[in-house]
Amino acid sequence: MTPIEIAEKLCTLCQVCVKKCPFDALSMQDGKIVVNEKCTACGICVRTCPEKAMSLRNLPKKAIAKDLKDYKGVWVFIEHSDCKIASVSFELLGEGRKLADKLGVELSAVLLGDATERMAAESASYGADTVLVMNDPLLKNYRTQPYLAGIVQLVQKYKPEIFLFGATTMGRDLAGAVATKLRTGLTADCTALDIEEQTKFLKQTRPAFGGNIMATILTKNHRPQMATVRPRVMKAPLKDAGKKAAIINETIVVSAELLPTMIVDFILQAEQNAPLEDAQIIVSGGKGMGSAKNFDMLHAFASAIGGTVAGSRKASEAGWISAAMQVGQTGHTVRPRIYFACGISGAIQHVVGMQTSDIIIAINKDPHAPIFSVANYGIVGDVLNIIPQMTKIFNEGSGNNESH
Amino acid sequence: MIFFLMALLLHIDIVSTAIDSQYCSEKVTIVHIVVCLKQVPDTTEVKIDRKTNTLIREGVPSIANPFDLNAVEAALVLKEKYGATVTVISMGPPQAKEALRRAIAMGADQAILLSDRSFAGADTLATSYTLAQAILKLQDAGGVDLVLCGKQAIDGDTAQVGPGIATRLNLTQLTYVSKIESVDADGKHITVERKLENGVEIVRGNLPALLTVVKEIYKPRYASLPCLIESLAYEPVVWNAKQISADSSQIGLEGSPTWVETIFSPPLREGGVILNPGDENYDKEFSGLIDTVKKIVAEERSKLVCS
Repeated sequence: MTPIEIAEKLCTLCQVCVKKCPFDALSMQDGKIVVNEKCTACGICVRTCPEKAMSLRNLPKKAIAKDLKDYKGVWVFIEHSDCKIASVSFELLGEGRKLADKLGVELSAVLLGDATERMAAESASYGADTVLVMNDPLLKNYRTQPYLAGIVQLVQKYKPEIFLFGATTMGRDLAGAVATKLRTGLTADCTALDIEEQTKFLKQTRPAFGGNIMATILTKNHRPQMATVRPRVMKAPLKDAGKKAAIINETIVVSAELLPTMIVDFILQAEQNAPLEDAQIIVSGGKGMGSAKNFDMLHAFASAIGGTVAGSRKASEAGWISAAMQVGQTGHTVRPRIYFACGISGAIQHVVGMQTSDIIIAINKDPHAPIFSVANYGIVGDVLNIIPQMTKIFNEGSGNNESH
Repeated sequence: MIFFLMALLLHIDIVSTAIDSQYCSEKVTIVHIVVCLKQVPDTTEVKIDRKTNTLIREGVPSIANPFDLNAVEAALVLKEKYGATVTVISMGPPQAKEALRRAIAMGADQAILLSDRSFAGADTLATSYTLAQAILKLQDAGGVDLVLCGKQAIDGDTAQVGPGIATRLNLTQLTYVSKIESVDADGKHITVERKLENGVEIVRGNLPALLTVVKEIYKPRYASLPCLIESLAYEPVVWNAKQISADSSQIGLEGSPTWVETIFSPPLREGGVILNPGDENYDKEFSGLIDTVKKIVAEERSKLVCS
């Protein structure tokens, strides 16, 4: 049985669907349109078929519809290292608050670790009504197995309807394991969440296909509805130090001998600058910079304005900038207040990594470069002249009247 | 019937290879490595039709997922070191054999395609079930010490299938691996470096394990011309749903808890002011731009002072 039903009487074999399918999942064989294993049931073919010959097959909802009502509340996994809560967890508490209010349910922070007291209070001050705490030396540093065991234990006992994680290395490592253990749906790397008015389903919107399309995903018949959420897309709420939460302590049932991994060491990255994700001003260079040496002028400009230097994939592949400072689909997603795109053409893979910047300033010789269609300010000109000119203005301090 | 026999013969062949290498090599610590590989559309080649705001897929080639090739390379390096057998598996239609051949050309020993119309419509939960069933079959046949996956596929970017397989098969889960430091002589532990946001974590884990790898681990080798030519004639083994004893309620659309409700084009950012040095307004607009930047720079500077 395939996900797409094709009414052969209506199908004219025009093959519009074959062309429109992003996943290459449809083809014409033996005078029929057939659906193959690459189908993700996205429904693009159903919507684009000019004859309306295609439909998504409705599967029997044999699942657990009656049990769904037992699941209540919105949970946020609190990610931390070195007793410091990750900023994405605050962002999720803010977003979780909105969802919980729409549903009229409680927002809970889920905190596993060792010596969690201060972090529990902090979770409350960012909006959690309840903090579920598991305190155990085994949970001091994140490891998949004990965290998985602890989380599954909590979910089975308290049954949340929504469970959010940051789309970080930790959040993705854990959520993928938890969802599999619970046999529920998990949507990766969401950039928007909402509640569907009538059904109360969690609407999970995420970019797919290298950022070329957006999809809204529902988990209809399974609970909890799980999602990982991209950092720095949602805004963290203001801290209210006076806000208190109910603290519920649970004991993890897991034995140390059974744990399959041991952390031998952790080497903190010795990046000179602040992590790229947290940078508020980014000066990013692309192929148009021409050489590693020309990147020096980006460094000079960045230091004049207190920015961080980054680059496109082309710049990183050419070795002009370290892979750790690459922006885009295969690098980092950034959301600075100002993003300078210097000699970057603006391929979609780059744009998806920086399009939520507050202000984008692009400098490019080619007036038709796609970067100009996303830039707030586009300067058509030679970056090798314009950047030194701007550096000079900022180094001179005042700069209101000198350049022209 | 003939197909069934062929599959059976090939299956036996796989089992015997795994066992042979166990006896042939002197000091074996890793015997059998399975790499999961996905054929994906090259999303870097996808363009958007600005008029209709839809994807243009025509002319976009199907490729082996780049991160999965990093995993193949890691498997081959371990093969060279320990004499392990490398089996590459993929779920997909018959045309995905092409991606598997790429791995064969690089030096993988055998390739298995999990192909069945009933796999269509799978989300990550159903996909991890299907791949896990195949790995289970290989485990039953002669053991699997290590499963390697790319950190994510470039079309879905979920990074969920690796952890899914590890959880289903109770393998030690090690994600975002940037370096395999060592495998213990007794073949019971592996030590790896994991690339995290703020640094590198060195972890020692029990074998068997599942690793998802980042591109820094190894650059995929180019296949030599003879290997490339030889791979063209290679026919991957094909297993259908029945052959991996798949439960029909856990595969394809039926085994997928997530539903795609809508698909739409990302909202485009509006383009803003274009400054052309030739224009008469240029100087005015340029100093406006500089003022905007200055304001933010000053605000950011004052934040630094406060903290």
